[in-house]
Amino acid sequence: MLRKTFETELQQVKDNVLFLGSLVEQAILDSVEALKKRDMDASRRIMEADREINARRFAIENQVMVLIATQQPMAHDLRLLASILEIAGELERMGDYAKGIAKINILMGEQPLLKPLIDLPRMAQKDADMLHRALTAFLDEDVETARAIPQEDDEVDALYNQIYRELITFILQDPTTIERANWLLWAAHNLERVADRVTNICERTIFIATGEMAELDGAANGEENA
Amino acid sequence: MFDKHEIALSVKNLNVDYGDFRALENISLEIPARQITAIIGPSGCGKSTFLRCFNRMNDLVPTARVTGEVLFYGQNIYDSKVNPVEVRRHIGMVFQKPNPFPKSIYENVAYGARINGYKGNMDELVERSLRAAALWDEVKDDLKKSALALSGGQQQRLCIARAIAVEPQVILMDEPASALDPIATLKIEELMQELKKDYTIVIVTHNMQQAARVSDYTAMMMLSKEGSRAGTVIEFGPTPQIFTSPRDRRTEDYITGRFG
Repeated sequence: MLRKTFETELQQVKDNVLFLGSLVEQAILDSVEALKKRDMDASRRIMEADREINARRFAIENQVMVLIATQQPMAHDLRLLASILEIAGELERMGDYAKGIAKINILMGEQPLLKPLIDLPRMAQKDADMLHRALTAFLDEDVETARAIPQEDDEVDALYNQIYRELITFILQDPTTIERANWLLWAAHNLERVADRVTNICERTIFIATGEMAELDGAANGEENA
Repeated sequence: MFDKHEIALSVKNLNVDYGDFRALENISLEIPARQITAIIGPSGCGKSTFLRCFNRMNDLVPTARVTGEVLFYGQNIYDSKVNPVEVRRHIGMVFQKPNPFPKSIYENVAYGARINGYKGNMDELVERSLRAAALWDEVKDDLKKSALALSGGQQQRLCIARAIAVEPQVILMDEPASALDPIATLKIEELMQELKKDYTIVIVTHNMQQAARVSDYTAMMMLSKEGSRAGTVIEFGPTPQIFTSPRDRRTEDYITGRFG
């Protein structure tokens, strides 16, 4: 077979994207879990682990650059490699959102949570689930699934709006809760952005498979909220 | 496809047979004026044969028979009233291996114009042609020197100067850089970008990166069907589209190296 070496290297890059994705998925779930339990040590570990996410993103970029320089990819191969650069960037930013939530937990210090967390873990779970399926669709170049996932962004947006309204009522009742409400709102906003970036990954998957570069609805809705 | 470009050459239902053997089958496409069109495809798919149809070079092969039409600004060059020598004056050709005449640099450039009865200032024509071929600065003090003393890359640019000197409208190039090193290749490629301001260029190349780098439009050729030996154009479009999102699976497989 003519392309054995190249195929092997392409597969390695894809595997590295999946591995990075799994780290990010876990970081999102862990960051909210740590906030929920007010576990400072766990949050510190998440902030530390973000370095690995960043390093892996650079490693993927480097691998892609080397393949572009040495293999002169064309057509589908070119779309795949160019998209991987984007996807690795999206994943790295999602990792930053998880790190941001870990930081909120540390900033809150000894202050108790304004309220028990119910919807934030739901958002995190939904994000992680969407991300996981988006990366599976990327691997399989499953256009149908890639088109369907962004529609679920509405659920994440609905949870965000619900959290927003709830926190506003806390603030209206007692303005001294402003700081604590704001921290939770910040965490919710981060989780809302994760779903938008999942949509971007789905757009890239469709581009890889079809060459069609189109904006999917989920992302547009998300931008309005931001 | 090219709203903004005039059509220089229009191919309609072109077939080429050598005796019983069909070499090209049912090709139709349009070559835009003052653009670079690349013809790519695996060995033996008829790229050079196709290129030679544009200036009736296949007429020189005794058993060759061309059917269909090649319109040059609307005039069918295969019309019985058309003189093939006149066609070649308007549609020049540069070959894979540089083939200067064993004469001086000056004579190589002046030769074609002289047989065409050129009445103007020959020194000026030679200088203008050598400048257009980006060779003047390298040879201006050695015009009397034998063309065979030049390097391969210089000889190829001399052949381009010789083609330009008869003031054609189209320049056909058959693998013009495949015998040259990377620097000489880049010079030819840069030169093509200059030349396309005045000339329509059609280039056959095995080097896909070269096609992607230099051309505006790309025609992908392939044997027309399994078991057939006749080549045809399976996909034609703007070069960026062909190399990022080809529509035909066979183009994709060829340009990504899955076969070919």
